[in-house]
Amino acid sequence: MACFIVPATEAIVTTIAAKVLKKREESRKISRSGSTDEIIEKASFSRKLGWLNNLLWGGSALLALEHVWHGEVVPWFPFLTAASDPESKAEMLHEMSTVGVTMALLVTGVWVGMVVVSSVLEKKAAKLKLAENKK
Amino acid sequence: MTLLVTVFAAIVATIVWYKNSPKDDMKVGTLSLIYWGASLMWTVDAIFEYAELKEEYFNPAAQDMLNDFFLGLTVVALGLVIWLVILLVKDPKGVVKSALLSKKN
Repeated sequence: MACFIVPATEAIVTTIAAKVLKKREESRKISRSGSTDEIIEKASFSRKLGWLNNLLWGGSALLALEHVWHGEVVPWFPFLTAASDPESKAEMLHEMSTVGVTMALLVTGVWVGMVVVSSVLEKKAAKLKLAENKK
Repeated sequence: MTLLVTVFAAIVATIVWYKNSPKDDMKVGTLSLIYWGASLMWTVDAIFEYAELKEEYFNPAAQDMLNDFFLGLTVVALGLVIWLVILLVKDPKGVVKSALLSKKN
C-alpha cells in the first residue's frame, strides 16, 4: 500500500547525514594534509553511507513504481488511494509499521554487514602493509 | 515473479561490477545496489505474503504471473534509466563535459 515510504524516509535522513559527513571529512583532510594515508582510511565512511543511500533510494524508487502499477499511488491528492478512507488508512499504516519497517531494518542490516566485512578487509590490508614495511 | 526478475538483474549487475573492479567508471556498482535494494524489499514483501497465503503463494494464476513479469521488466528498465541519469550527471569519464565544451568551441 505504502510500505516504500518507510525506507524512503530513512533514505532522506541517511542522504543528509552522508552530505554532512562528507563535508566534515573534506575539511579534516585539508587541515591535516600531512598524514593523508590515515585520513583517507577514516574518510571512507561517507562513501560507505553512500552504499546505504543507493540501496534505500533504489529500492524505494522501484517499489514506488510497483505501487503506481497496482494503482496504489496516484498523481493527485492525497497521492495514496488508501489514504482516502479511514479503514484503508488504518490498514495502510499497519502495513507501513510492519512490512515497511522490516524492509528498512533488513536493508540497514545488510548494509551493516557490508560495512563490517569491508572494515575487516581494510584492517587486514593495513596489517599486511605494515608487515611489508617492516621487512 | 517481479522479485525473481529483479534478483537476476541484481546478479548480472554485480557480476559486471566484479569483472571490471576495481575500476568503476560506468558506476555499475550503483546499479547493482539499486537492484539489490529493491530485491531485499521485495523479499520482505514476499515473506509477509507467504505468511498470509501459505502454499497458495507458490501457485499464482498464469495471468498474474505474466503481469508480474511485465512489472519486473519495467522495474529493470526504470533501474537502468535511474543509473543512466546518475552516470550522465556524475560523468566520471568527463564525456558529457567534453562533448558540451567541444560544441561551444
